[in-house]
Amino acid sequence: MAPSTNPIVNPEPDSASRRDILSKIIRVGGLSAATVAAGLWLRGRSRRPEEEVAITLKPNFLVSADSRYPQMVVVQGEDPRALVRKALESLGGVRRFIGRGDVVVIKPNIAWDRTPEQAANTNPLAVAEMVRLCLEAGAKKVRVTDVSCNEPRRCFQRSGIASAASAEGAEIVLPEEHLFRQVNLRGDVLGEWPVLEPFIAADKMINFPIAKAHSLTGVTLGMKNWYGILGGQRNRLHQHIHESLADLADFMRPTLTIIDAYRVLIRNGPVGGDLGDVELKKTLIAGTDPVALDAYAAKAFWNIAPETLLYLKLAQDRGLGKMAFDLS
Amino acid sequence: MRSQTLRKIRLASQVIFFGLFIFLLIKTEFHGSLRSATTEIRLPYPVGIFLEADPLIAFCNALSTHALYHGLIWCLLILVPTLFLGRFFCGWICPLGSMNHFFSNFKSERKQGLQRIELNRYKKWQTLKYYILVALLVAAAFGGMVVGVMDPISLAVRSLGLSFLPGINYGLNAFLDGLYNSKLGVLRITSMVLQFVLQALILSFKQPYFRQAFFLGLLFIAIMVLNLRITRFWCRALCPLGALLGFTSRWAIFGMEKHTEKCHDCNRCALHCQGGDDPVPGAPWRKSECHLCFNCVGDCPEDGIKFKFFPGARDTVDRPQLQRRRVFAGVAAGVGLLPLLRSTSGFAVESDPRLIRPPGALAEREFLARCIRCGECMKVCPNNALQPTFLEAGLEGIWTPVLVPRIGYCEPTCVLCSQVCPTGAIWEITPTEKIGSSQGDQNKKKPVKLGTAFYDRGRCLPWAMATECIVCEEWCPTSPKAIYLHPAEMADGQGIVKTVRQPSVDPERCTGCGACEHACPVKDHPAVYITSIGESRSETNQILLRQGGRGKG
Repeated sequence: MAPSTNPIVNPEPDSASRRDILSKIIRVGGLSAATVAAGLWLRGRSRRPEEEVAITLKPNFLVSADSRYPQMVVVQGEDPRALVRKALESLGGVRRFIGRGDVVVIKPNIAWDRTPEQAANTNPLAVAEMVRLCLEAGAKKVRVTDVSCNEPRRCFQRSGIASAASAEGAEIVLPEEHLFRQVNLRGDVLGEWPVLEPFIAADKMINFPIAKAHSLTGVTLGMKNWYGILGGQRNRLHQHIHESLADLADFMRPTLTIIDAYRVLIRNGPVGGDLGDVELKKTLIAGTDPVALDAYAAKAFWNIAPETLLYLKLAQDRGLGKMAFDLS
Repeated sequence: MRSQTLRKIRLASQVIFFGLFIFLLIKTEFHGSLRSATTEIRLPYPVGIFLEADPLIAFCNALSTHALYHGLIWCLLILVPTLFLGRFFCGWICPLGSMNHFFSNFKSERKQGLQRIELNRYKKWQTLKYYILVALLVAAAFGGMVVGVMDPISLAVRSLGLSFLPGINYGLNAFLDGLYNSKLGVLRITSMVLQFVLQALILSFKQPYFRQAFFLGLLFIAIMVLNLRITRFWCRALCPLGALLGFTSRWAIFGMEKHTEKCHDCNRCALHCQGGDDPVPGAPWRKSECHLCFNCVGDCPEDGIKFKFFPGARDTVDRPQLQRRRVFAGVAAGVGLLPLLRSTSGFAVESDPRLIRPPGALAEREFLARCIRCGECMKVCPNNALQPTFLEAGLEGIWTPVLVPRIGYCEPTCVLCSQVCPTGAIWEITPTEKIGSSQGDQNKKKPVKLGTAFYDRGRCLPWAMATECIVCEEWCPTSPKAIYLHPAEMADGQGIVKTVRQPSVDPERCTGCGACEHACPVKDHPAVYITSIGESRSETNQILLRQGGRGKG
């Protein structure tokens, strides 16, 4: 190309025009200003990451005491369903505990991959009957759930509890990972722990354990059943088992406790496995005093003096109930 | 018109079989029944059917065991029609083939049309797969199932089941969590609805994790990426199943007939050719390479390519053209492979103490003669306990299952891994066989033992730290418990003497399920752990005189 004869227009066609230069400077300047601004802004946001904020709450499931009815009953009979009905009648009827529109959570022991005959989980028929009674009394929803030790789906299926309870209209809640909330239990040894949500989102709470032998506390009864509300690394609780049990019992004061002792795992608890470890007691213990219930069961089935169970003493000291039981 | 219809039917077949494959893979997971307590805990679907219908797996199983395990008879469903039709499996059914097919489409036709035609012509390197096949078959005949590493169905199940599906599960959960934790109510509700839908469709109950998942996924991605250069490179050059079916198609009575008199040499027939089998004029059609995709039939503007029964044999090469020397090389590789792999100290001399095989697994030699490393057992394990090995079982045993109790223990009455194993490496057992008969039984049968628990007393709370624990004893599922407690006096850091219960193992009762190791609160490096010693499948890996090896030496 021939050199331009007009120096004003553009002496060198390859070099940029002033307009070009200006727009390029604006572009690169703007970008660097934005980069600097972004860097400074991000730097200003720098904070040490905080841990998940735990919810602090104190669930209240209690119903007012009624001196017309006993605090605890022990019933015996052939049919687990009839036992539940009988016990509830003696305690003043299910309507004393469950009101119209209540969201009820029943917490059986569904910890192990065992069948009902092996007596490692709560009797499914008894649980189903309780579901039926609650719905009959007008409960809006009855949830049956537990945080299992073994694979939960196997536990829920093979224990027979899922099928029996859902047949009566209960909602079965499997302990899925996304259902846990970090809760401050404010106990002596238990601080912030993941708790399965249904246990802190209910109007009424029924603790429905099965009586079993356990090498650490001698027995696993009502209060030990509250282990099943927790997720996380709960195998550390055993190091201070009595304090942990008292903490949990203090946190979860249930509307009603029912101990299934239809079949009792007398040895090799809490998992069992051999039918030779199971004794047929055809008994059900129910009441509003969790301490008295555990004391009675320990004495009745294992002949353990309640005073020797430290966790019962701790619970009594905290005013959760009385060890002395009265079966008049 | 008819020619396009065939192609559409083929596409539909690929979509259906791929969908079925993915569906069955997702269903290779325990779901349980909340409606019935007595429903047997088995998988309701024949999740291994693709593996069982795989003729290569069946051939190798037969070569290495001189028998055919249970479901492998389904391979006849593919093998017999192949004898009549040719490699229809590759073009119509194979899930890995369909994925290769899919990714092969991402090449510009307008810019690279001629190049594509050139690349789709038959190449000599396509015979590589036949030599690989020869080596794998010979190795199988000597009792080594290395074929599992390269078998396309095994590869697809392993890569997708252990790497991609868990990855997708992780991603979806992270997405749902993000939505759920958002401040907008709409997003929260959306997340709950999505959670419900996705849980029914694809989400696992628990997020599964697998060792080497990234590596397995990367290998798979590499195979897919190859298609961006050369259409179906895996199928043409490497796939040993394709090679087997290529050999088999030799007798097929169905095939291509070229009507070259109509041809204008446009070469469009090679543009979408999958197998690289030369449908073009002036070169013979390679029957053993053709996937019967019928793209050429549809692409020919003159209707000059016909597929029919008893086609004219002109212009056809009906078998792979191999070089005798290379076949010998393949044989030599197959012969040499096992001695080479086994002359290092492997299962015969010293085995990894942590090589705990799933319940029902055969003795190591028999196990390696069957396991195809498909990963079905790992996918189905409800506790995520089974993981692919790396070198624990030697290089020969790469990606075979190992139980890692720290991740998950073996559920006492669960036998799902033995149910899904397509080749009997984990021989099918019943829950009763697994737990043995109960104490009072006259003909008492012993439970299946995976190994034995040991205590690391320097890390165990009651042994080393004067702290009460017993979680291992609590979880022990045998009755009477294999872990027993003994009270002992221990001084703590303040010098206060306490009584704690210290655990020990009864090796005769312990089944090695790993529940104690899993439950041990010393989380990172547990104070009680399982090693393979005492496993019932081995006659030599024993400690006790009375129980081990049925009295043998």
